[in-house]
Amino acid sequence: MGSATEYNRRDIFKRAAAVTVLAAGSSSLLAACAAGGGGGSGTKGAAPSGSGSATNPFGVKANDPLDVVIFKGGYGDDYAKAFEEMYKKTYSGANVSHLGTQDISPKLQPRFNAGNPPDVVDDSGAQAMRLDVLEKADQLTDLSVLLDAPYLDDPSQKVRDVLLPGTIDQGTIDGKVYSLNYVYTVYGLWYSNKLFKEKGWTPPKTWDDFLALCATIKASGVAPFCHQGKYPYYANYLIMDLVAKQGGADLVKRIDALDPTAFDDPAVLAGVSAFFQIMQKDYLLPGTNGMTHTESQTAWCQGKAAFIPCGSWLENEMIKVTPADFDMAFLPVPSLAGDKMPQNAVRAGAGEPFIVPAKAKNQAGGLEFLRIMLTKEASGKFAAAANSLTVLKDGIGPDVVLKPGTKSSAQAVTAAGGNTFNYTYPDLQTAFETEMENATTDLVNSRITPQQWVARVKAATSKKV
Amino acid sequence: MRHRKYPFIVGFLIVPVALYVLLVIWPYLQTFGYSLTDWSGASQQMNFIGLRNYTTLFGDNVFVLALEHNLLLLAVLPLATILLALFFAFMLNVGGRGGTGGVQGVRGAGFYKVVFFFPQVLSVAILSVLFQGVYRTDQGGLLNGVLVELGVEDPNRPWQWLSDPNLGLWCVIGVLVWSGVGFYLVLFSAAMQSVPKDIYEAALLDGAKRGQTFFRITLPLLWETIQTAWVYLAIAAMDCFALVSTMTPGKFYGGGPDHRSEILSTLLMRNFITYGKAGYACAMGVVIFFITLILSVVALRVTRREKIEF
Repeated sequence: MGSATEYNRRDIFKRAAAVTVLAAGSSSLLAACAAGGGGGSGTKGAAPSGSGSATNPFGVKANDPLDVVIFKGGYGDDYAKAFEEMYKKTYSGANVSHLGTQDISPKLQPRFNAGNPPDVVDDSGAQAMRLDVLEKADQLTDLSVLLDAPYLDDPSQKVRDVLLPGTIDQGTIDGKVYSLNYVYTVYGLWYSNKLFKEKGWTPPKTWDDFLALCATIKASGVAPFCHQGKYPYYANYLIMDLVAKQGGADLVKRIDALDPTAFDDPAVLAGVSAFFQIMQKDYLLPGTNGMTHTESQTAWCQGKAAFIPCGSWLENEMIKVTPADFDMAFLPVPSLAGDKMPQNAVRAGAGEPFIVPAKAKNQAGGLEFLRIMLTKEASGKFAAAANSLTVLKDGIGPDVVLKPGTKSSAQAVTAAGGNTFNYTYPDLQTAFETEMENATTDLVNSRITPQQWVARVKAATSKKV
Repeated sequence: MRHRKYPFIVGFLIVPVALYVLLVIWPYLQTFGYSLTDWSGASQQMNFIGLRNYTTLFGDNVFVLALEHNLLLLAVLPLATILLALFFAFMLNVGGRGGTGGVQGVRGAGFYKVVFFFPQVLSVAILSVLFQGVYRTDQGGLLNGVLVELGVEDPNRPWQWLSDPNLGLWCVIGVLVWSGVGFYLVLFSAAMQSVPKDIYEAALLDGAKRGQTFFRITLPLLWETIQTAWVYLAIAAMDCFALVSTMTPGKFYGGGPDHRSEILSTLLMRNFITYGKAGYACAMGVVIFFITLILSVVALRVTRREKIEF
């Protein structure tokens, strides 16, 4: 309750604590920061764009101070301090100033306005500065120079080659990459395997099975479905996943581009109508439409409801109230008849945007900081400090023991193979996303029909910040 | 002596006035300036666009809706708070049975005063957390829990309170009145205690009942205090930011569901901080400034009466 928890939730949302997926090549904790480039001190070039040497592609001057601002949410900021030590190892003369805070906007808006922003920012949380707003104000550095720079651990590769698929798209506005999203998250439905085994319920694969199971669940006295109603973007995960699977990857792209005709695609109405059946058949947990994430997720952990939509931070977020034998499990959103994506397709992708302000004094240092973040050593440090995976390919090894929910979402991603998708509009289309949430609030309360929802969201495509 | 008076006065005033100009007047003027630009609030670039922000503003449905909500608050909040506070203050000070002790409050008046003042001690943040527990939408909420136990509502259809488009704003008004009455009760009590007791005693001797005493004596003698209270509450009604932004649903500073508890200050913040429309938000700020100013002047003029000496 209250704004305080709201911030915590966002922290966790963005910092996506329990995230996971992928495995391979572990022991990265000890992997050295191999190719740091012994000294930028010889480099004269002050120009931030690719004017440096092979080991120092951005031309960082060793003595330039580096100003780092980190969103101190669910992941804390210890990992960033470790990154800063790594930076100082290479650029020994650099005086690194570190600020860990939740008040990104209050602290940074005046600095952006005054023209002296920090050199690198973890722009997350409820108080994050919106990326579309910053981009419009020409405050962001195009990161393509970073993506094309040699990768520190293996200079034969470019940085863009070591990122998980979708990472670059997640930070792309109008064809240019402005943010590096560092944490990997999986989205879908969640349930308690223990509860399902006890009652003999089978996790459904199709939406018809899902609705049939909901009827069984309701008959047994448990609410089939709950969601974080005060923050309707959780319900949107389910709605928009149904839409994506029905309409295919192309439709996802058109929606992200705010193409109004995308909403004329019958797949949109099909997805929303499928979701609306939960309301029509009265499968909601009573009161869930007004509940916060904490209230509804706690009710779900207590077994009052069977399914909840969320991202893979859920397990870590609820770790204190989850019963020890809960056996949390992930379910890809069930498929509709005629889906263009396979049943095991899941929404998964990068979150937690790091930016380098365009007017940063040590822009080269900021870019270099991001490059250091993507080494195996740094990725391992992050996994150890924040219990989460990064967007680095093969970032963590099989010897790491995963919690049940995390493991199950990791398996879902492995099963999905190439069939993962992700939307960028929640990060990059602030006004549209807000209006969609308003429409969803009305939909879950049955104040509007799926047709009216589609019409409203279509109209919202004209809204930009 | 006379010629030395002005340096003396100026010497005292120069620092506070300079601070006031620097910290209050100058930012106000800057806001006027920014409201004529397309400033994003995220960089130093901006262009002069004349009055376009203002013309957009009055074509913005959400702004008009927010303005309506503020006007509703303006009508309801001062009236409800003052009436309740006056009633309680009267009962606590002069409403008791006229016994041998002359004019007095109801029994336990001292205790009630503490009880009524208590909400005023709570910070807005605590109020917000507290009442989100009261208004919780499932049976875990205080109101829904009690109402379900009493059989007033269906446990499968609990009331939505803050999330109900028709109830949300009223729930917030309830909290504002609950927390505000105590302060005005104390204010009115103090004013009532400065009214000489002989006036009440004379009225009692003449056979006046409680109602007559209240309307013929208390109210006229308290008029100035009520007037002040009215202005304070009207200004508070134009704000309400903290409670609405933290308690009501809605992305970025609340105001939901779907703008149905939206007020000017939440809309202003969303445009300024989140949407990067700082110039537009400044235009809203200017409009709020003028509305508040006009209301204060009107309230003071309309309610002006002869001052009664006692």
